[in-house]
Amino acid sequence: MARIVLNRLGQFAFILLIASFLLFAVTEFSPGNVASKILGPYALESQVRSLSDRLGLDDPLFTRYLRWLGMLVGLVPNELGGPATGLGLSDPRGAQYFGNFGFSLMQGRPIVDVLADRFGHTVTLTVWAIGLTVPISLVLGVLAGMTEGSALDRIISVTTVSLTSLPEFVVAVLLIFVFAASLGWLPGTSPLDPGDRWSVGSQLVLPVAVLVIASSAYVTRIVRSSVVDTLAQPFVRTARLKGLAPMRVAMLHVLRNAMIAPVTVILLQINWILTGVVVVEAIFAYPGIGRLMLEAALFGDIYLIQALTLIALSVAVTTQFLGDLAYVLLDPRIRVA
Amino acid sequence: MTAGADRTTTPARAGFLVRLRGSRLLRSRSATVGLAILVFWLVVAIGAPWIAPYDPTAIDFAASADPSPSAAHWLGTDAIGRDLLSRIIFGARTTFLVIPLSVFSAFLVGAIAGLAGGWYGGWTDTILARAGDVMLAFPALVLYIILITTFGPSLWNIVIAVTLTYAPGVARLMRGQVLAVKGLEYVLAARAAGESPIYIMAAEILPNVGTPLIVDLCLRTGYAVILVGTLGFLGLGLPPPTPDWGGMVVEGVNLMTIYPHIALLPAAAVTSVVVACNLLADGFRETAR
Repeated sequence: MARIVLNRLGQFAFILLIASFLLFAVTEFSPGNVASKILGPYALESQVRSLSDRLGLDDPLFTRYLRWLGMLVGLVPNELGGPATGLGLSDPRGAQYFGNFGFSLMQGRPIVDVLADRFGHTVTLTVWAIGLTVPISLVLGVLAGMTEGSALDRIISVTTVSLTSLPEFVVAVLLIFVFAASLGWLPGTSPLDPGDRWSVGSQLVLPVAVLVIASSAYVTRIVRSSVVDTLAQPFVRTARLKGLAPMRVAMLHVLRNAMIAPVTVILLQINWILTGVVVVEAIFAYPGIGRLMLEAALFGDIYLIQALTLIALSVAVTTQFLGDLAYVLLDPRIRVA
Repeated sequence: MTAGADRTTTPARAGFLVRLRGSRLLRSRSATVGLAILVFWLVVAIGAPWIAPYDPTAIDFAASADPSPSAAHWLGTDAIGRDLLSRIIFGARTTFLVIPLSVFSAFLVGAIAGLAGGWYGGWTDTILARAGDVMLAFPALVLYIILITTFGPSLWNIVIAVTLTYAPGVARLMRGQVLAVKGLEYVLAARAAGESPIYIMAAEILPNVGTPLIVDLCLRTGYAVILVGTLGFLGLGLPPPTPDWGGMVVEGVNLMTIYPHIALLPAAAVTSVVVACNLLADGFRETAR
């Protein structure tokens, strides 16, 4: 058991390292590109030269990657701040600390500060989305699966299948059309300004609803098919033939076994919600890190993109790892094998 | 046309139609509907310059005062007076260029990797599987954002992003299928006959692992339509004058209270293609049973 966990942990670290190297290699593909992103399009050749020397942009890619990692964990100072570069960038924490992502060129501030402003908002959004998706899809999926072929099952199945065909941005547009534009019950944008005429709570409803609708449809389908598969297993038939109460069969025999696949899927769904968060934050002007990633991409804020994509990558790899681990822990058959 | 010529052409055509109608796929209602929607859009995309009533980038200032549907503009215009029907028709071209290209590329790379991994096993398989694991760590949107930071938004970057994010899944599926048929008699017979591995993979294995791969192809095409629509919606897709369904939706969102059709119609177009792909996947699944 411990060997399996260690093995998966090793794979996890390996994937994260390789993926972060790829991320670094693509964004800092050409040193000239990095310098011109920092200095802007009108920089003089001599300015580019001196910045490249200072930041060591002409070093081999791998050296630069190690320096970037070193900066991130606080072993290597960030050379971009301070008066010497003349960019007016400074960091009150100094040039060397754990979690140093460098400076956001778009905002002229240390990235940690930029993230601190936005991170909490995205966490709120995601926690609500997942917190609602899980119970809704478990209840609907189990109901549909237990009553396979019934009218209820058909309604749930047809609805979820149709909803998975809708892109998040279409769901968002439809919800805005109905609840904001037509009925006027809810705000169509969610900038979370405290002075807004809509309360912060009401601004959260539509963004959360989009994420919940898009992801619970998928998770419900997984739960349903898992329940249906489990019901067809011989041990369920045995339990029934033994004369156990239907409720007892459902709770103890079916649900316990039917939950293995959905747990993994729910963890992977967090990974998928990452993309949804960018879309939802963009359409509702929600001040989270998803919209920040989009703004950074459109601006060409290279260090901010590195920071945000690294965070997204870490979340994705971690959830995959946890999903894998949950599968091993929940299903003894895999543990033994 | 003479009567004789008529008689020789009619049976052949009827025969073709009968065969088509009788084919197992078209017996499934969902497959027929899905296929019909896709064919409809494909015809629209190919015939765009002849079907569209206006130039998709031409601005009608008179109409921009009231973008609602009218006799001159059947579906109305967008906020700056460009004919919405023509833009949707030309938008089909963008979709039907980007999607097949990127999905085809993803399947080519994935199928080759899966065939090679499953057939050769050992180190080849391990390295390919690890590479796939690394690529699966990147959500498609994140990968695309990394790519455009250095290379700027373009058709090829969309193709690369879709290829890299979808190929590992295709490869896993393919690998499993190859392992399932690898030891069967007809493959062994081909090996014994001294056929080259490439020949065996292409002529013996590939045709026999078809159905799950085709179902996966349909589903992934649907996802790709969602992804490309999303990129356009986020302003990361192809540059603005190109009519792009996702981009058209975002242009209309601000006018939602007064002229909802500007956002809703292109949104419906994107959705119809996704639905068609999913229906087709269902159809293939039914026929496989």
